[in-house]
Amino acid sequence: MAVIIEQPNAPRSRKGAQWEKRAWIFMRVSGIILVGMIIGHLMVNLVLPERGVKSIDFAFVAGKWASPFWQVYDGILLWLALIHGTNGMRTLVNDYTEREWLRKALNITLWVVAGALLLLGTLVITTFDPCIDPNVHEYLPELVCKG
Amino acid sequence: MPTRPAGTLYRGKLGMWSWVLHRITGVGIYFFLLVHILDTALVRVSPEAYNSVMATYKTTIIGLAEIGLVGAILFHAFNGIRVTLIDFWSKGSKYQNQMFWVVLAIWVVLMAAWVPRQLMHTFGA
Ligand code: HEM
Repeated sequence: MAVIIEQPNAPRSRKGAQWEKRAWIFMRVSGIILVGMIIGHLMVNLVLPERGVKSIDFAFVAGKWASPFWQVYDGILLWLALIHGTNGMRTLVNDYTEREWLRKALNITLWVVAGALLLLGTLVITTFDPCIDPNVHEYLPELVCKG
Repeated sequence: MPTRPAGTLYRGKLGMWSWVLHRITGVGIYFFLLVHILDTALVRVSPEAYNSVMATYKTTIIGLAEIGLVGAILFHAFNGIRVTLIDFWSKGSKYQNQMFWVVLAIWVVLMAAWVPRQLMHTFGA
């Protein structure tokens, strides 16, 4: 199957070039923000808790997400990291696939997966309900549960 | 026109190997992120479901694997800053080699702090 190698200096469609440039800038801007946010995330969840990852359970998450700060923080982290990672994977697909249909299929798969996980993750953060734990008042005594 | 890229004797220097590492770590972190979003989603199901998936994170094997995961993230993060500096700083490409050693030094320092802590958590009570 012949691969068509484009002339590097061939004019691209204006729209395509704009989009690629924005994606390129996004990788750098999101990357810089992610450095601070991921190190913060690792510190708070993995390093600082008394027993490291062994401290994490339902009560730990309920305690964190009782504060809107951590809901917003985790939401931003979800969106930035997943879009950055997905767009990075798109670069690899474009580099390594030779067949156009396969390239298109893989890229569509990447964005479908990203869309589904962004929706799922956002719903989990925004609709989280600590009251599904019958023992919730042992660690969140102030919490008022309906019903 | 060849249908496949022909073999090549090109052997890059530091710049190429740092790019290879950046790419491998990026892909590794991506797949971990997919799993991590799914395991966290179980907090919306029930405390039992979430706690049982978290139990696998508390095993020795995963505890050790986490050292690799954090190592990959830290390399990708600081090398990502290096890549961005090469693109935007007027002297970036001139100092790309030195910047690689700075990235490595930061990585070694952070790993020296992280690895013992994680080993204590993994093998401790
Ligand atoms: C921690 C902060 C991060 C920084 C500073 C960062 C920085 C960057 C930069 C600047 C690029 C573009 C490289 C290029 O165009 O040559 C990139 C590529 C990439 N990143 Fe990140 N990134 C970070 C986090 C992440 C995360 C969390 C993921 C996964 C979810 C990820 C996955 C990728 C992938 C797959 C690529 C494509 C690699 C390639 O084209 O060779 N990165 N990163």
